[in-house]
Amino acid sequence: MTDTSTLARGGADTSAPSRRGRKRARGSGLPPKAVPYVLLLPGFLVIAVLLLYPMYQMVEMSFHKVGLRQIKAVNPAPADFIGVDNYESVLSSPLFWSSLRNTVVFALVTVALTLLLGTLVGLLLNKLGPKMSTFVVVGIMAAWATPPTAQAIVWKWLFDSDAGVANWMLNLLPDGLSRLLFGHSDWSGQPWFNDTSTLYFVLIVAVVWASFPFIAVSVLAGLKSIPSELYEAAKMDGSGAVTTFRRITFPLLKPVFSVLVVLSIIWDFKVFTQLYLLAGGTTNRDAFNLSLWSYAEAFGGSSPKLGLGAAIAVVLTVILLLITLVYVRQIVKTEDDIR
Amino acid sequence: MNPLARRRLGRIALNAAGVAVFLFAVFPVYWMVATAFKPNDQIFTTSFIPFPSPPSLDHVQRVFTKGVGELPIWQYLLNSTLVALSAVVLGAVFALLAATAVARFRFRFRTSFLILLLIVQMVPAEALLIPLFTMVKRIGLYDQLLGLIVVNVGLTLPFSVWMLRTFVAAVPKELEEAAWIDGAGRFTTFWRVLFPLVAPGLVTTSIFAFITTWNEFVFALTLINDQGKYTMPVALKFFVGQRSTDWGGIMAASTLMTIPVLVFFLLVQRRMVSGLVAGAVKG
Repeated sequence: MTDTSTLARGGADTSAPSRRGRKRARGSGLPPKAVPYVLLLPGFLVIAVLLLYPMYQMVEMSFHKVGLRQIKAVNPAPADFIGVDNYESVLSSPLFWSSLRNTVVFALVTVALTLLLGTLVGLLLNKLGPKMSTFVVVGIMAAWATPPTAQAIVWKWLFDSDAGVANWMLNLLPDGLSRLLFGHSDWSGQPWFNDTSTLYFVLIVAVVWASFPFIAVSVLAGLKSIPSELYEAAKMDGSGAVTTFRRITFPLLKPVFSVLVVLSIIWDFKVFTQLYLLAGGTTNRDAFNLSLWSYAEAFGGSSPKLGLGAAIAVVLTVILLLITLVYVRQIVKTEDDIR
Repeated sequence: MNPLARRRLGRIALNAAGVAVFLFAVFPVYWMVATAFKPNDQIFTTSFIPFPSPPSLDHVQRVFTKGVGELPIWQYLLNSTLVALSAVVLGAVFALLAATAVARFRFRFRTSFLILLLIVQMVPAEALLIPLFTMVKRIGLYDQLLGLIVVNVGLTLPFSVWMLRTFVAAVPKELEEAAWIDGAGRFTTFWRVLFPLVAPGLVTTSIFAFITTWNEFVFALTLINDQGKYTMPVALKFFVGQRSTDWGGIMAASTLMTIPVLVFFLLVQRRMVSGLVAGAVKG
C-alpha cells in the first residue's frame, strides 16, 4: 500500500523535475509521476462514460419531458424543460406512497430476517464439527449461487396454486391448527400471486433464502477471527451463552455487522428481478416498488415517460445514498486504518 | 440429567439444526432439478412425489431441440456466454491497470478515486437504466450484443478494481524492486513479475464479473429486442410468459442456467467473503 518503490524510482526526479526522468524510466518514455495516471485513465474513462455521465443525465432527464419522439435514433426532437413537474407528479401519485411503502417494508422485514437467520446459522456453523460444517456450507452455497431469475422461477413453482409444494405442506397441518392460524384449512388451489401481501410474502421468503448464506459465511469468518482465549476466560468467569454473545462476540463483530447491514439494505431496497418475475411484469401496479415503478413508467407502456421514470430513479438513489453515507464513512475509516 | 447425556443431547440438537438449514437451502434447488427430470404426470399433481421415478429426459431434450420461443436453448446459452466472456475479458484489462495504479502508487487523486469507486456502486444500476438506454440507442447499439457487453463492462468495473487492488497489494513489492534492479523495464516487471503473481486474484475477480454479467437481467431485458439475441435470464422470462404451464421445460432451462454459476461458486467460495466484506456491492 505504501509507495516506497515509486519513491525509489522517481525520488531523484522530484528534486530535478526539469529532466522529467526520461533516462531513469527504462522501457518507456513516461515520466514516473505520470505512470499511475496512465494506468488509471482507461478505467476512469469507462466509469466516467458509463456510470458518471448517465448519473448526470438521469438527473437532467428528470427535469425534462422525454418520450418516444425524444429518443428516436434519427433526428430526435429536443426534450422540453418542465422544471420539477416530474417530481410533482411522482409525489402526488398514489403509486408513490404504495411503492415507497412496499420498498421500505420489504427492505426492513427482509434485512431483519436475513441478518437474524444468517447470524444464527453463522453461530451454528461455528459450533458444528468440521465435517457437518462443510456439509452445511456446501448446502447453503447452492441457495446463494442460484441466479435471481432462477430463484424467482423456482419459488413461483414452489408456491404454485395447484401443484406447488407449499400448499401441499400447508394441507398437512392439522385442520384445527390451520384454521386457528390462517382462518381456513383447505389450501388446494390457494393462489399466492394475485394479492400484493402474499406476493410480497413469497418474495421475502425467496430473497431471505438467497441472501442468508452470505451473512452466515461472513459471520462465520468473523467468529473464526476471535481468539478462543477470550471465550475461555469468559467461561472461567462464569459467563452464560447469552452474556458471552452480548459482551464478547457482538462487540468484536460489530464492524462486520455494520457492513453487512448496509450491504443488505442496498440490495433489498432496489430488488427488481425477483419482483418483476413474481409479479409477472408491470401489469400489477399494486405490487410496484420504486425500482419497478420507475421501470414501468419508462418502458412499461406504449407511451414511455422516461423523464418521469428518471425522477423516480433519482428519488430512490437519494434515499439509498443517504443510507449508505454511513457505510462509505465506515469503509473510508477502515481504509485509513489499513494504511 | 447427567452432564454427559446433556452434552450428547446438545450435540444431537446442533446437528439436527444443521440438517434443517441444509434442507431449507438445498430443497428449492433440488426441486428445480427434480422437476426438470419428471414426466408431466408427476409434475402436475397435488400429491408430493419426492423423486422423478423413472427420470425422464423429455424436458431437457425439448429445450435443446424445440427450444424456448422458436429457438433452441443453445442460442441463448451462446449469447449469454458471449456477452459474459467479452465483458469479463475487456473489464479485466481495465481493472488490472487501475488496480495496479491504486495499489502500487501514491498519487494525488488516489483517495478520491477510491471513494468514487464506492459511491458509483451505491447508485442502483436500475436507476442508470434509463440514461444508458437512451445513450445506447443514440449511438446505434440498441438491440446489439455489443451494447450489452459495453454496459456490463461499466457495471462490473468498479467492483473488479476494488477487489483486485487487494490482490495486487498482497504481492510483495520487493520482487518488483529486484527485477527493477536487475535492469528489467517497467513493462517487463509488470508482465513477468507482477502479472503471474496476481493471476489467481484476476481469475477470482473475473469469475465474479462473469457471474454478475451472466445473471444480469434488467439491462438485457431493456437493451435487446430481437429474440435471437436474448440472454438466458431474458429467455427464461420469455419462456415463463409464453408457456407458463410447461414447468418441466422451464425448470430444465433454469437448471441449465444455474449449473455454470454453481460450478464457479464452488471454485471461488473461499475468497468470496473476504472480497465482498472488504467493501462492495454485488451487481
